[in-house]
Amino acid sequence: MDTTPSTNDRSTGTFRVKRGLADMLRGGVIMDVVNAEQARIAEDAGAVSVMALERVPSDIRRDGGVARMSDPELIEGIQAAVTIPVMAKARIGHFAEAQVLESLEVDYIDESEVLTPADEANHIDKWAFDVPFVCGATNLGEALRRISEGAAMIRSKGEAGTGNIVEAVRHLRSILGDIRRITVADEAELYAWAKELRAPVDLVIEIAETGKLPVPLFCAGGIATPADASLVLQLGAEAVFVGSGIFKAEDPALMARAIVEATANFEDASVVAKVSRGLGAAMPGQEMSEVAERLSDRGW
Amino acid sequence: MRVGILALQGDVREHAAAVRRAGAEVAEIRTIDGFDDIDALILPGGESTTMCLLLDKTGLRSPVEAWTRAGRPTLGTCAGLVLLADRVEDGRVDQSPLGGLDIAVRRNGHGRQRHSFEARVPCPALSGDFDAVFIRAPRIVEVGAGVTVLASLESEGDLEPVVVQQGALIGCAFHPELAEDDRLLQLLLDRAEGAPS
Repeated sequence: MDTTPSTNDRSTGTFRVKRGLADMLRGGVIMDVVNAEQARIAEDAGAVSVMALERVPSDIRRDGGVARMSDPELIEGIQAAVTIPVMAKARIGHFAEAQVLESLEVDYIDESEVLTPADEANHIDKWAFDVPFVCGATNLGEALRRISEGAAMIRSKGEAGTGNIVEAVRHLRSILGDIRRITVADEAELYAWAKELRAPVDLVIEIAETGKLPVPLFCAGGIATPADASLVLQLGAEAVFVGSGIFKAEDPALMARAIVEATANFEDASVVAKVSRGLGAAMPGQEMSEVAERLSDRGW
Repeated sequence: MRVGILALQGDVREHAAAVRRAGAEVAEIRTIDGFDDIDALILPGGESTTMCLLLDKTGLRSPVEAWTRAGRPTLGTCAGLVLLADRVEDGRVDQSPLGGLDIAVRRNGHGRQRHSFEARVPCPALSGDFDAVFIRAPRIVEVGAGVTVLASLESEGDLEPVVVQQGALIGCAFHPELAEDDRLLQLLLDRAEGAPS
C-alpha cells in the first residue's frame, strides 16, 4: 500500500517557511519607504526588501503624536510598484493591525517600537499568524522573549530616526556578547542565565549548543552611511534595516546603492571606501543627549 | 574539488555548510578575483534583483554568464534558478538573467510570503522524496527539449517541474540547503568530477 503523503499537502506558515524568508534576506539591505516612487528607487538600488510606512522614524520623532499602522492604500501602492518583498509595521501588541497587514499579504510584519505601543504588557502572539514577524530587541533576553512569542527574525533596535549608530552597536554587542558567554557556561549555569534573561531555558540551551540565535539577527536604528553598515555587519549582524538614513540623505539613490554595495562587501574596506566617495551629506543625525524620547525603551 | 558560491547576498552559509559536509573546498565569490580556479558553481537563494544588480556592479556578470552559458557545472536554488533560466516572466523589465538553462520561470510564481509552503516532493530519480521548502519561489513554466525534469510538484492536478537538469546545469525551485538535503549538491559534484578541467 502506498502511504506516501500526497504532494497536495502543502503546509503554509510553518516556522521553517517563516524564518526561511529571513534567511534569504541575509546580506541585504531593507529600506524604509513612504511611497511607490521611493520603493522603486530602493529596488533599483538593490534593496532586498522595503518597509512600507507613512513617515520615516526621524519624521515620527519630529511630529510627535500617535504613530500607527500605515494606510492600506499606501501599502498596496508600494506592493504594486516593486517585485521584492514588502514589510509593514504594526504597533506593539496591536494584533488587529497585524491581522489587517496579514490580509494585505505583506511579506513580513515588523512589531515595532517606532510606532506608539498599543499594549503595555503583552506583545502580539505571533504564532497565531501565517505571515512571519520581525521584532526589535536591545538585549538577548528581549530577543528570546520575542522568539518565544513566535518572531522569526530579530533586529537590534538601535535608536531609530537619529542617524546615530551608537545605540545599535550597544544592542548588538549586548546580544552577541551574552551569546558568546552562554556558549562557555556550564550546564548548571544555563538555568541561572534563563532566569537572569527572563527567557525560556530551552532557548538558552539551544544557544549554548549552536552559538547563535535560533533566527537571523539583523540590525536597525541609526545606520546612515556605508561604513555604518560595514561596522554592524562586522560585529555580527546578518543584514541591515536602513530607515531615515536613505531618504533623508542628500542623494537618496546614491546613498542607497552605496549602502547595498558596502553590505555585500562589508569586510572589504577598499570597496567601502570606494562607495563612500562623493555621496553628499548623510542625514543630519542627533547626539543621544539631544534625544527626548528613547524609542528603544518601548517593548520589554 | 573547489566549489564557488556566489556570495553577493542570500543563504550562502547553508550552501557553504553543505559543500564542507561533502568534503569539498568552499570559495565565496564576491569579486572577479576568486572566480578562475573553481570546479563548480552554486547560485544561492536570496533576492534575484539584488544579485543581478551586484553582478553588474562587481564585474562578475561577464565571467559568471560565460560559465553558465557554456553549461559548466552549476547548481541554482530559488533565486539561483531565476538567474540560470534563459527566460524570466514577471521580473523587472531590466532584469536580465545569466541564462544557460533552457527554461522559462515566473518569479514569485506562488504569490507572496503568506503562500510560501513546505511540501513533500517525490524524486524517484534521486531515490526518495524531498522535504521541500518553497519561499516566494519561482515557478518553472516552460521546459526546453534538452532539459530533464528530476522532480515535480503536484499543482492543481498538474505536475509542475521543480528540479531540472540540462547537462551539468541543475536548477531547483526550492531550498534543499535549508533542509540539509545534499543530493543535488552531490549530483553537481559528480558532474564536476566527470567534466574535463
